[in-house]
Amino acid sequence: MEVIMEALPALGDAWGLILQPVVLGYLVMGVVMGLCIGVFPGLGGIAGLSLLLPFMFGMEPVLGLALMIGMVAVVPTSDTFASVLMGIPGSSASQATVLDGFPMAKKGMAARALSAAFASSLFGGLVGASFLTVFILIARPIVLEFRTPELLMITIFGLSMVGILAGRVAIKGIVAAGLGMLVGTIGEGASSGDLRMSTYDFPYLTDGLKLVIIGLGIFAIPEIISLLRQDRAISQEPQLGGGWIDGVKDWFANIWLSVRCSIIGVVVGVIPGLGGSVVDWIAYGHAVQTTKDKSKFGNGEVRGVIGPESSNNAKEGGGLVPTLLFGIPGSGSMAIFIGAIALLGSGQIEVGPAMLKNNLDITYSIVWLLALANVVGTIICIAASGGIAKLTTIRFALLAPFLFMIISFAAFQSGQNLMDLVALFAIGFLGILMRRFDWSRPAFLIGFVLSNPAETYANQAVQLAQSQFRKSFGDGMDYIFSPIVIVLVIITVISVVLGLRQAKNILAEGDVQSGSKRAPFVFMLIITGYIAYAFYDAASIPSYSRDRVFPMFVAGVCLVGCAFLIIRMILKPETDTIFADRERNGEDADATHGLWSTLAWFAALLILTALFGFIIALAVFLFSFMKIRAAVSTFYATIYTVAGIIFMLGMAWLLNRDFPPGLLQEYADLPWPFT
Amino acid sequence: MSILKTTRRVAVGLVAAAAATFAIEAKAGGHGIDLAGKTVEWIIPFSETGGSAKWANFYAPLLSEALPGQPTVVVKFMPGAGSTKGANFFQEQEYEDGTLIFGSSGSTQFPFLLGDPRVKYNYADWNVVLASGTGGVAYLTPEGAAKMDGMDATPLQGEDFVYGNQGATRLDLVPTLAWEMLGLNVESVMGIKGRGDGRLMFERGEATIDYQTSSSYLSGVTPLVEAGTAVPMMTWGSLDDAGNIVRDPTFPDIPTFKEICDATPACETSGEKWDAWKAFFIAGFPAQKMVFLPAGAPNDAIVTYTKAFEAVKARADFAEISGKRLGKYPQMTGDAAKKALDSGTNVSPAAKDFVVNWLQEKYGVSLK
Repeated sequence: MEVIMEALPALGDAWGLILQPVVLGYLVMGVVMGLCIGVFPGLGGIAGLSLLLPFMFGMEPVLGLALMIGMVAVVPTSDTFASVLMGIPGSSASQATVLDGFPMAKKGMAARALSAAFASSLFGGLVGASFLTVFILIARPIVLEFRTPELLMITIFGLSMVGILAGRVAIKGIVAAGLGMLVGTIGEGASSGDLRMSTYDFPYLTDGLKLVIIGLGIFAIPEIISLLRQDRAISQEPQLGGGWIDGVKDWFANIWLSVRCSIIGVVVGVIPGLGGSVVDWIAYGHAVQTTKDKSKFGNGEVRGVIGPESSNNAKEGGGLVPTLLFGIPGSGSMAIFIGAIALLGSGQIEVGPAMLKNNLDITYSIVWLLALANVVGTIICIAASGGIAKLTTIRFALLAPFLFMIISFAAFQSGQNLMDLVALFAIGFLGILMRRFDWSRPAFLIGFVLSNPAETYANQAVQLAQSQFRKSFGDGMDYIFSPIVIVLVIITVISVVLGLRQAKNILAEGDVQSGSKRAPFVFMLIITGYIAYAFYDAASIPSYSRDRVFPMFVAGVCLVGCAFLIIRMILKPETDTIFADRERNGEDADATHGLWSTLAWFAALLILTALFGFIIALAVFLFSFMKIRAAVSTFYATIYTVAGIIFMLGMAWLLNRDFPPGLLQEYADLPWPFT
Repeated sequence: MSILKTTRRVAVGLVAAAAATFAIEAKAGGHGIDLAGKTVEWIIPFSETGGSAKWANFYAPLLSEALPGQPTVVVKFMPGAGSTKGANFFQEQEYEDGTLIFGSSGSTQFPFLLGDPRVKYNYADWNVVLASGTGGVAYLTPEGAAKMDGMDATPLQGEDFVYGNQGATRLDLVPTLAWEMLGLNVESVMGIKGRGDGRLMFERGEATIDYQTSSSYLSGVTPLVEAGTAVPMMTWGSLDDAGNIVRDPTFPDIPTFKEICDATPACETSGEKWDAWKAFFIAGFPAQKMVFLPAGAPNDAIVTYTKAFEAVKARADFAEISGKRLGKYPQMTGDAAKKALDSGTNVSPAAKDFVVNWLQEKYGVSLK
């Protein structure tokens, strides 16, 4: 009671601070900037906040907060555009949205999917803020209850979502997730810095592959290539059905799902260390499990959009708890946010354990600014969704080069290395093959995202438990089997059992016909070969290092799975589901253009970049693509190229980013943007 | 490729020589460089989220005001390979017009000192214009601290401590080596992503000993000390002009490791181990973060930047705004910065060998 008596005046003060016209003005400004940046995949809040940093110095605190929060809050809202319209996961917050949002767009229901997503985002943001207003007062001791074993269990729970997304052949889904985890272990180990699947002679891989590249490669590239081959618009229907009002109605019909997923979002967001990477998958899993007719998931089930989108904005609110109360950022953008807060005013706001005591009014201002920014951002987005949805009716050949440009730029920003583009191409190729042979790409992505936390927490939990057991057996047992862990174990087991039972009905990527034996079998052998090599590579790390344990374990499990699959492939006839092959039947088989010629265009962009640098390569690529592949007039192609280049330069100039240099730049010193 | 590199190195050499000649001429004239209308890129070899980012973001707007012509100063992040990627990149750059500077950190210095195979950079080639110091504080649980016999840490030797470690070869080697010298049995739990995670582990009761750099200690641990859940054990101290370790001015009431070590019979403040510790302490803390101009920078440019940083330091409100964000530590320019660079990037071969062997024996980390 006492706490609440203290909190109410602070809450009043907070609203007093927020509801000034100038503060609201700054908030709207931040929101608009955030929307503009969030639309582009792979940049997200980090780029936006870095842009604002120079202005934060000595700024009136509440104004600076309004500007920054306005920007951060709407990134998970606006990245929905890319996820739904293009099938490009804009950030880790909207990966699960792609699964059902993009199929809806293909069916001509883009506006409906978007507005359902935005309504959910808005609602999630508000639920999150309300929940936080009370919860933040008691959060500290609760958060401290989440020790390493609990964190490990949440990670495992997140991984159990693979069960739902595994596809028709469960073992195949598990191997896909394991492969994702192995790809996630590439590079220096967290424990003693031993190298996995990489060498110092080739430094690029020692830092591991970035999520942006994996997300774009696994999801975006296969979809872009596939649409491009069919040479049509994204939407199969010439007339767009389902306006934005339908989307809002869809959301309202599923309001309880939205409430539950918002709570999931805020609770998982609160736990430091996991950040938001699992939230949307858990929410998606929850949406699937609570839907009676599961057959529509993956084909444009609106609940598959509402679930993750309700959770990802609520998560931003939850993420404020570790950020403000512990001074530990839940994400990259939150880390910059902390740094920027120190620059505000005379530096009187100090995030960390003293925040609640000294700055409760500021804390509440932050929570409700976040909620308010969601409202403003959502209204703008819903208003825009009908118009932007028309993009799905444009002939895709006109959009594709632009998308290649954006994703190449985004991928390059992750490591500022030409190798980023090579990695994007390689992962994209893997994604194309996984899509073709019906290997679960969501499972792969979940494995990748959770590989790092799973390994770190597993190693730490083992070590910490050993030290507890050395004290006494009782201490050790208490440490491992806390009530939270036991509850999480039960939830996970139920979710896995249910998930595997239902997985056959959930075709997250649509139905795929089976065809001949040879191609799926060859792909299977290649995957097995990589896993076997990863096992051998990890095993060659000296045995005292903890860095070998996790990849060896995962690769070991996967190899057993591979063995089962290979045996099944040998025994079963070629009509078995295990031989799924998209090239045999359906859209891909009937496509106008071949896979290789389409992929060659992207490869050409890559090779040209390696030779002449990104901007020159881009000019050549845009023009020739328009002229040859899209067969438009020279005049139109020129306009398109110029507009594309100007757009790219504007973005890079604004965000102060460089472009990938090529061989030419090694010899000649060119002025920006050709450097 | 190798031919290309050689050509480039020759070119760099020529440019450097030309620049040096130019520098001598320019010095006679005594003009500074003018950066009006230009954009200064400040490369930070870490991500946007670390302590170096905080430090650079603090200085960038002040530097912009103080440089002649008020250029825009942008901080550019180039993370990778624990900062060796950005540093290797900077090594390849040649001076052009003074619009490129680099910020290094203790995490850039340690691999350099330890002979990490990835290091292709050499501090001796660069021109230091600012050196920022910091300190560090180790702290214990109240139960652990109660066992201390005044400054004598001997009663702690029977205890088992757990410490969240960022990496054996990182700044964390300063505290872990210090604790080992005191005879403490500290088990390192690896894979911590930042010192903030280490503090969280301490708060959750999983770790029982921890350390933070000064600014993080002030914001993150002081409230715990006030609440009675953490007790400071010692600071690493700070260096006086003669190079002696004295009490940290930010924490005058907390004894230094040197004092604790003196009071603990098992620990010695002389000899190979102590020298190694002190060398790496100096590299990691009093000369932790530095700003450099690239190889071949003319004296003019160095003087311009030095003056700019001096102007920043001379601001009436500098003590106030920097105290909260950087702690009360010397921000050195000119000869003081050169001296800091010297002591921060040179350790005796004996100290290096000792630490390399110690890392090999204790953690199995091979630096060959």
